[in-house]
Amino acid sequence: MSDKVEVRLTVNGRDYAILVEPRKTLVDAIREDCGQTGTHIGCEHGICGACTVIVDDEAVRSCLMFAVQAAGRRIRTVEGLADGDKLHPLQRAFMEHHGLQCGFCTPGFLMLAANALERNPDIDDEELLDVLASNLCRCTGYQNIVKAVRAAAMEVRGARADVGRR
Amino acid sequence: MVEAQTGCRVSQKRTNWIGRSVQRLEDGPLVRGRGRFVGDIAFPHQLHMRVVRSNHAHGKIVSVDVEAARRLPGVVAVWTAADIPDIPPVDFREGRIEKLEPYRQPVLATERVRYIGDPVAAVFAQDPYVAEDAADLVAIEIDELPLVLRADQDPGEFSPGRNTEAAIVRQGYGDVAAAFQTAAAVVELDLSIGRHSGVPLETRGAIGVYDAARDILELHGAAKVPHRNRDLLARMLGRPPSSIHVHESHVGGGFGIRGELYPEDVLVCVAAMRLGRPVKWIEDRREHLLAANHSRQQRHKIRAAVSRDGSILAIDDEFFHDQGAYVRTHATRVVMMTCGILPGPYRVPAYRAIGHFRLTNKTPAATYRAPGRFETTFVRERLIDAIAAKLGVDPIEIRRRNTITAQEMPYARPLEALGEEIHYDSGDYLGLMDKVLARAGWDAERKNAQRRRAAGELVGVGMAMFVEKSGLGPADGVRISVDTSGSVEVVTGGASLGQGFETVIAQVCAEILSVDYRSVRVVHGQTDRIEFGIGAHASRATVMTASATHAAALKVRQKAIDVAAELLQAPLEALDILDGRVVRVDRASGPSISLGDLAANLAPTAKGRGGREPGLTAEGWFHVEHQVYPYGSHVAVVRVDRDTGSVAIERYVIGYDIGRAINPMLVKGQILGGFAQGVGGALMEEFLYNDRGEPLCVTFADYLLPGLQQAPDVDVLLTEEAPSPLNPLGIKGAGESGITAVGAAIASAIEDAIGIPGAITELPVTPQRLKQILDSRRETSPTLCRRTTGEAHA
Repeated sequence: MSDKVEVRLTVNGRDYAILVEPRKTLVDAIREDCGQTGTHIGCEHGICGACTVIVDDEAVRSCLMFAVQAAGRRIRTVEGLADGDKLHPLQRAFMEHHGLQCGFCTPGFLMLAANALERNPDIDDEELLDVLASNLCRCTGYQNIVKAVRAAAMEVRGARADVGRR
Repeated sequence: MVEAQTGCRVSQKRTNWIGRSVQRLEDGPLVRGRGRFVGDIAFPHQLHMRVVRSNHAHGKIVSVDVEAARRLPGVVAVWTAADIPDIPPVDFREGRIEKLEPYRQPVLATERVRYIGDPVAAVFAQDPYVAEDAADLVAIEIDELPLVLRADQDPGEFSPGRNTEAAIVRQGYGDVAAAFQTAAAVVELDLSIGRHSGVPLETRGAIGVYDAARDILELHGAAKVPHRNRDLLARMLGRPPSSIHVHESHVGGGFGIRGELYPEDVLVCVAAMRLGRPVKWIEDRREHLLAANHSRQQRHKIRAAVSRDGSILAIDDEFFHDQGAYVRTHATRVVMMTCGILPGPYRVPAYRAIGHFRLTNKTPAATYRAPGRFETTFVRERLIDAIAAKLGVDPIEIRRRNTITAQEMPYARPLEALGEEIHYDSGDYLGLMDKVLARAGWDAERKNAQRRRAAGELVGVGMAMFVEKSGLGPADGVRISVDTSGSVEVVTGGASLGQGFETVIAQVCAEILSVDYRSVRVVHGQTDRIEFGIGAHASRATVMTASATHAAALKVRQKAIDVAAELLQAPLEALDILDGRVVRVDRASGPSISLGDLAANLAPTAKGRGGREPGLTAEGWFHVEHQVYPYGSHVAVVRVDRDTGSVAIERYVIGYDIGRAINPMLVKGQILGGFAQGVGGALMEEFLYNDRGEPLCVTFADYLLPGLQQAPDVDVLLTEEAPSPLNPLGIKGAGESGITAVGAAIASAIEDAIGIPGAITELPVTPQRLKQILDSRRETSPTLCRRTTGEAHA
């Protein structure tokens, strides 16, 4: 199983030429070969969602994908969410609403929610809850995560309306 | 308050940090993906360990063939017990307990395997994937031995001449037999709590690093009790404690189970020394569910003797604690706690508890958030509800008649928990119960549920009371230093499991030193930075470490003002600290000096230091003889689906008196999170085994954690009416109150919904279990029959 293949991954706009076994999961490649350890591994079987990243325009569980499958696709992880020093509205909202405790599931929730808001900024509450129900958190009891995402969604919609008026 | 202790005044004008819901210091790196969890840490030339685990629940080890694994390219070593004969079994945290020593877990199984998941061999390889491949090549031959899978059946053989009942724990007082002879009524229940556990979202991990140049052994990935684990490792490995550095990194949830010393922690340390390379081990989820501590599984046969008016005369409880395959670091702690805390908020004139601490061929068990209290609150509150039902008295009224009143505080009970006699320090249990009932609209909810039941729905309302314990002593110390920039560092032997420890300690320090809490760096879980520490467990971190921080900060404050008085040539009593500067408060304007400059003036070489010890720094200690006892009540409104047996929580109210909240937002966060875990234990989570001892719940598809849809919002009523008299800030712990009474309150509400008193005797109330109850009682229950006739009409 040790025949390695060369793969080019684009993570947060940066290219990484890595040499991996075909069986290596995307999350392991992101963490070990690209050194981006913000994406976490909670279950390795696609249930907890701690490893959620955005590939092209879709939130995916990077433990269920092989690195070779992501070659040439645009991968975004939590490290790429902020714009330099400027935090993403979701990151700020999680801090303001105490939407994290240990912070282990947080990157997964942030990427899941970021993708949902990018796909549909006008997502209704029921759909939003449905999306957020796909990840697990063991510390917060979820309610503060919901409050944070709702607040960020309002902000994103507000910012869009401002741009529209200009 | 501050004045009395230091002789220097604390101004009313300065910013108050205690009691404010400020944002957490921890969050910045965590939301950016810059956390440093153990899996994120790597050392050059590190090896990866993979543990080979038993696939048999009980058997004699005939052979372990590691040759094929050893030959795999990339594999550096494969160990069995024969390779580490000098390493003793994992010892008890509190020291030697001779009677229990034979039941300790070897680091790698010797002679026998005792549960599926028992470590038998360890592979060390250059790549984690290769380590896993090699582990698959290890062939273990086992001769099966008879299984013991239930603690409530007769014990079996543990080893020749020794059976599986490792201990019987007894606590009690008063004449129980006489009380039962004279009782007007006796209520008897048989109650069980399912095996479940903390299951943090980060699995365990450990990295051993040995620096031969300095002869220092490092363990990274520690949590909860780093200093205790250092001492335990030192004992096991025969090394001086000061030659072992244990380092806590970010921890992805603890809940009691993470941070105990496990076989894998010992293995990475020994391997790092013997193989001469750092050794990293990251657990996978299946391993976690097989090998990390389970908890909770108990069966109680309990009876109460009551008078005609419903006063409890005596409680007699015999319970069976399913410990799993070995006795781990906690020894009999959960069973002791169960005996000691079971009476809870009630007057119990005579009491007897007998706990059978029995081993079974399942994953070993230990503490999980509110250990002994989640279990006993379910048992005790079920008992109170049953007494109410038997006597035909309202369940609230029964509680009123038996609850310890505020006038009886402090209240001592000749029982023991965590090695201390139980002394409830303060509280108005009934006062808070009434507030919670008012908040929940108890009477209206009851009427509403009745109306809905009459219309065919299965809706019920239930409640439960509890007393928690927190702030385990006996001592905690911190060292505070201010550097020349004015930044403050608090070094503590406490630990962080994600609860917001850094923020809370910074708030307390900032309050006393009158600095911004964001300028306070809190260092924790690093045994090379401070000699002592008891860590974060038993809801002790805020109570103990914040109290020690308070003491140390007062000393730093005094020292700062003392030096400033000399430099500013001002009388002590005219000085105060405001925003990090010592100022004169007796004049509108005047000279002032920053804490950073004062630190510079206290440098060893500084002229202004005088005869003072160098550094704007101080150590503070806090000692306590007894724990503090917060308390509360939970109210639940649930709806049962008749066809599926599933339970929806429509409303949940938690009232809790914390004494004093340093950061109410974080306290509420603790309560919300605990509640969600409680829902898991009440309705969903259970480690099941088949009759061959094979675990059936080894993935998140079979072990069900509550998701967003199962954890509704909670109305939290946080009160501060009974500050603890046992520490200067009046603090009580926050970590466990959200979970303690969830099983009890939900069980009570379900019973109300289905209209069958005494039906709910087992947690979790899974849909399967509840459906079975509904189906078997359909004929006898008026509530359930009504719907049946209704259907006939439709």
